Amino acid sequence: MQRHRLFPLAALAALGTTAATAAQAETITIGTVNNNDMVIMQSLTDVFEKAHPDITLDWVVLEENVLRQRMTTDIATQGGQFDVMTIGSYEAPIWAERGWLEPLDDLPESYKADDLLKTVRDGLSHEDTLHALPFYAESSMMYYRKDLFEQAGIEMSEQPTWEEVRSWAGKLHDPENEVAGICLRGKPGWGENMAFVSTLVNTFGGRWFDMDWNPEINSKEWQEAVSFYVNLLNDYGPAGASSNGFNENLALFSRGSCAMWVDATSAAGKLFDPEESKVADQLGFAPAPIADTPKGSHWLWSWALAIPSSSDSTEAAKTFIRWATSQEYVKLVAEREGWTNVPPGTRESTYASERYQEEAPFAGFVVDAIREADPLDSTQEPNPYVGVQFVGIPQFQSIGTQVGQMIASALTGQVSVEQALDSAQRATERTMERSGYIE
Amino acid sequence: MTTTLSHKDAPMDAARGNAALRSKRLRNLGIAVLGWSVALIIFFPIFWMILTGFKTEAEAIAEPSLFFSPTLENYHDVQARAGYFNFAWNSVVVAFGSTLLALLIAIPSAYSMAFLPTKRTKGTLLWMLSTKMLPPVGVLVPIYLIFRDLGLLDTLTGLTIVYTLMNLPIVVWMLYTFFKDLPQDILEAGRMDGASTLQEIVYLLMPLTLPGIASTGLLSVILSWNESFWSLNLTTSQAAPLPAYIASFSSPEGLFWAKLSAASTMAIAPILVFGWLTQKQMVRGLTFGAVK
Repeated sequence: MQRHRLFPLAALAALGTTAATAAQAETITIGTVNNNDMVIMQSLTDVFEKAHPDITLDWVVLEENVLRQRMTTDIATQGGQFDVMTIGSYEAPIWAERGWLEPLDDLPESYKADDLLKTVRDGLSHEDTLHALPFYAESSMMYYRKDLFEQAGIEMSEQPTWEEVRSWAGKLHDPENEVAGICLRGKPGWGENMAFVSTLVNTFGGRWFDMDWNPEINSKEWQEAVSFYVNLLNDYGPAGASSNGFNENLALFSRGSCAMWVDATSAAGKLFDPEESKVADQLGFAPAPIADTPKGSHWLWSWALAIPSSSDSTEAAKTFIRWATSQEYVKLVAEREGWTNVPPGTRESTYASERYQEEAPFAGFVVDAIREADPLDSTQEPNPYVGVQFVGIPQFQSIGTQVGQMIASALTGQVSVEQALDSAQRATERTMERSGYIE
Repeated sequence: MTTTLSHKDAPMDAARGNAALRSKRLRNLGIAVLGWSVALIIFFPIFWMILTGFKTEAEAIAEPSLFFSPTLENYHDVQARAGYFNFAWNSVVVAFGSTLLALLIAIPSAYSMAFLPTKRTKGTLLWMLSTKMLPPVGVLVPIYLIFRDLGLLDTLTGLTIVYTLMNLPIVVWMLYTFFKDLPQDILEAGRMDGASTLQEIVYLLMPLTLPGIASTGLLSVILSWNESFWSLNLTTSQAAPLPAYIASFSSPEGLFWAKLSAASTMAIAPILVFGWLTQKQMVRGLTFGAVK
């Protein structure tokens, strides 16, 4: 009887092992995030496999934060579950420094690495060697409704300032018709509200840390920037702004509920698509507003493909990431999906294309913003870190999220800006002390 | 009391009876309305998710509306992007496999705790339950390392083992409660007739507590089906069950609400149908012994 009982278990165990070993020798497992550009890449699997019959692609698509946690566990334990990982410009240098990523120092001439935008390339390098190849990159910029601006008799400046934005928001704010003067990120998280708030602090002249890694979160500049942000959103923002992240604001803007929105350049394609956006024909673009300094006023982020050192299919993985980030790939997407869908922000040659400039009128703003966002020089006073809207140290995920929560509570009025920044300062000091940055 | 009733009292009594009936009806109606309201509130998110799965992405983020022209496009898209059936098969194997394994271990354990308790039994039970109080992420790295060394990462065997361990405390506790309700005399009678421990469990204990065992099993299947932490962290592509399938359509950048809803509807459909089919069994099991 016991044998009988055990039979299904044995069968299950056998099933498990069969499933695990059924994979072919040169199958490469790619961990990636779920967004439009990655979905297109996944849909082109057959094109790659036809060109490289000895390589099969296996996809693991996960939500950004889940993927980050999943891949961090795997790479830190050398689990070897992934051959290609989609990582951001935050992880790339940190992981490279620890020897977790294969250095990409043998790129062939035909790959044209010099064609990659310099700021993006710098962000993915460690000791001048690329450790990940950029799949797409984004900065931040301002979107606005041309029709509402015209009605209110406002003319957009070539380089708007935050003071101007505040006065325009006041004129355009029309809660009765469900139009907020301005939409900004409020949802707490290092990659949500803090991505925006960091750029605001930068342009108000502040920085996260001084050259000795002492936090400066309760400095005058932070107070000014965060008070400005809280007042602006409370006076002219949409209801419940503290729970709005990128997606929520994208939805609000595309259904016509925001007069202005400062966020990722990657939203441009979606807002410009009449099928996804009600305001496609009234969409205006402008550079991200500035205050005291243009430095760090817009962020730089890229999603890149990297090969963990624990992979045992390094060569096949290299072939794939070179293909997916090549000039040919951009052309392939343009042919199949149209120019507005090509992965933006990585190659100079994409922006040199006349067709792209014609079909994607936002292209110029995007490339200028990316070219100017320098992760090595993002604040008025010098700082010791790499990154515009983040600080390239492993502790930043938790610091950023914690500070983000405190700023969100200032936004909802639970605490004052001063209180929020004081506790953020103390919490960050503690983390930095524990990590040995300061005594 | 009835013998002393006079004729005069009869209409009053009838009126009182009517009033009592009315108030009882009113109370029943109130309870029914309350019950339905609670059920509707609980079901509403699921209903909304099913509805959103039939909308276009633009409609999914527009002002909430019940009226729209339904489309199957999302179902087509999610199926084209990720094969549903591989994920669903993995879910079936790990959910039922882990439940069988858990029952196999838990029935003898609960038997010994219920009928042959020692002074440490209570402590053992509490200790077992305390393992459920630890956030799973706390043991992620050790388990990941063990799985890596044993070659269990991304295998159905590995996931089945983890789900078994995850549900074991609850399964043992529930079975222990059901077994405790069984009069010990019945087992003693069996023993007098010369039944071995195994025969006692198989021929007496299990048939007599079958509703309890069934509802425990069903609960374990549902818990395993819905588990997402371990399934996301221990699998990549070969052994990934349905929660991983849903997670692949969630995104903080880009609008995927309609596709996410379609994928979620497909992921919960089998367990929802399973739940409906076994509803009676489950309620009977959960209330088993409650009226004694």
